[in-house]
Amino acid sequence: MNLQSVKALYHAEMARSLRTILQSVVSPVVSTSLYFVVFGSAIGSRINEVDGVSYAAFIVPGLIMLMLLTQSVSNASFGIFFPRFSGSIYEVLSAPISYVEVVLGYVGAAATKSTLLGLIVLGTASLFVPMHIEHPFIMLLFMVLTALTFSMLGFVIGIWADGFEKLQLVPLLIITPLTFLGGTFYSISMLPPFWQAVTLFNPVVYLVSGFRWSFYGNADVSIWASLSVVFLFLCISLALVAMIFRTGYRLKP
Amino acid sequence: MSKARVILSVEQLSKQYSGGFQALDDINLDIRRGEIFALLGPNGAGKTTLIGVICGLVNASSGRVLVDGHDNISEFRQARQRIGLVPQELTSEAFSKVWDTVSFSRGLFGKPPNPEHIERVLRSLSLWEKRNNRLITLSGGMKRRVLIAKALSHEPDILFLDEPSAGVDVELRRDMWAVVRGLRDRGVTIILTTHYIEEAEEMADRIGVIRGGKLMLVEDKHTLMSKLGTKVLTLRLMAPLTTLPESLNDFDLSLSEDGFTLDYGYRSTVSQPSDTPNNIAALLAALAEADIEISDMDTRQSSLEDIFISLVKEQP
Ligand SMILES: Nc1ncnc2c1ncn2[C@@H]1O[C@H](COP(=O)(O)OP(=O)(O)OP(=O)(O)O)[C@@H](O)[C@H]1O
Ligand SMILES: [Mg+2]
Repeated sequence: MNLQSVKALYHAEMARSLRTILQSVVSPVVSTSLYFVVFGSAIGSRINEVDGVSYAAFIVPGLIMLMLLTQSVSNASFGIFFPRFSGSIYEVLSAPISYVEVVLGYVGAAATKSTLLGLIVLGTASLFVPMHIEHPFIMLLFMVLTALTFSMLGFVIGIWADGFEKLQLVPLLIITPLTFLGGTFYSISMLPPFWQAVTLFNPVVYLVSGFRWSFYGNADVSIWASLSVVFLFLCISLALVAMIFRTGYRLKP
Repeated sequence: MSKARVILSVEQLSKQYSGGFQALDDINLDIRRGEIFALLGPNGAGKTTLIGVICGLVNASSGRVLVDGHDNISEFRQARQRIGLVPQELTSEAFSKVWDTVSFSRGLFGKPPNPEHIERVLRSLSLWEKRNNRLITLSGGMKRRVLIAKALSHEPDILFLDEPSAGVDVELRRDMWAVVRGLRDRGVTIILTTHYIEEAEEMADRIGVIRGGKLMLVEDKHTLMSKLGTKVLTLRLMAPLTTLPESLNDFDLSLSEDGFTLDYGYRSTVSQPSDTPNNIAALLAALAEADIEISDMDTRQSSLEDIFISLVKEQP
């Protein structure tokens, strides 16, 4: 393992994020605050408790997940797309660094950044809703695993995309709908039975549900199902990344 | 050539792009340790592709590359850490600073930080004053220097310069060649591509000509020039000629507008086919026979550029 190289890549990526720290932090914090104002206070005050917690508290884990997913995908996809687009990727490709190390550097940095943002949003949320986290370690584990998995997915998207449109298409067309339909704003037990069954095919349901379990100790699906789905996703992303690098897909003519 | 003298060995290398275009066709090339090798060829000849395959940017279709004895795929770490690459296209992370991006390159190549080395490199390329500038604020020539600094940051044994002079003014170019010579003196092997033939002529020890993906020739610069160099004999005439007499048709002659000068192109080598009367003595005899008197004469050796053009124009 060439740690020096991984460190260099990781630091460069983190430095890039720090240069844009304002928009990286401000926009998720502002948008989550808006969600709380609208859904938590305005609408939430008219909604009864869901699964034994106030509606405002109920949506916290889902909102953090929403932010974590979109930020992971967009950070990681931009992180690799941009050097491809500008051509400066040549340096990484010609360096004595293995694919695993390249991924560690890029994905590690993107995941770090989105995990930090997740914690910041959690902090913001606690200003609006009194909160108690039942299983903080599981919560952190979920955050890190989700950030890693979706950063990896973002990395794949950043390699696959051949223009800015495609880069934004996947988050917009897939990630956002899946998260909105993933039980962020409702418990799937509120849905009619047919839609409950359909929803179980949405992987984000398992993430949100498991994450919520780590907060309040109850969930739509079992915590083990949630953890399994996260691991399954991690494996799929890993396999995709490995395949990309073995063939040089979109990286080497 | 003995193995110890070869630092880079390209064996039966071919590259077919996915569209089916054959960019490299069975390239065999040995680069000697410590030499400056110039790769010449017209646009689209395959120079950048060849460098790309060697450096790991392009997948070869067949053949292999050994860098100091290490296969550039199965032993990519050992192979790549020896190589520094300055690409043809200007690319950069626009918002990072000169110092940071050059230090990053060193780290990326697995070397521990060494600020003294980075400072030396930046100073040698007159970038020291610009070290805190963001790349986006630099001129094109300065950006190219940054790319060179990045390639030198990890102290490579082999440096590839893909068209280093493109977009660089005369002064910058002179500085750059001073740096290249300094590197060569320290034992760094340099492989460059250029469209400026004077540069190859001035800088290189050996020259390779590539065209249509085929390596047409690899030759010591001096051998190349004497082997292929044609000479031109210019004759100043006492009286102007309007047309050339028939008896001179066998010679490669051209008459100037005013009729006072005759240019005669000939090869200075001994390998002339004996049945053609292409030699100076025969020409002078033929001129005397035609009663053409000469007042002065002068010979000129063709430059590498002339050689290059004649090679590139030849049909395969
Ligand atoms: N990614 C690619 N896909 C398909 N064809 C390519 C690709 N890259 C280069 N080529 C083709 O391969 C040929 C060789 O290109 P290359 O860039 O190696 O030429 P070059 O000798 O460096 O030219 P120049 O002097 O213009 O830089 C060209 O005809 C080019 O169009
Ligand atoms: Mg080129």
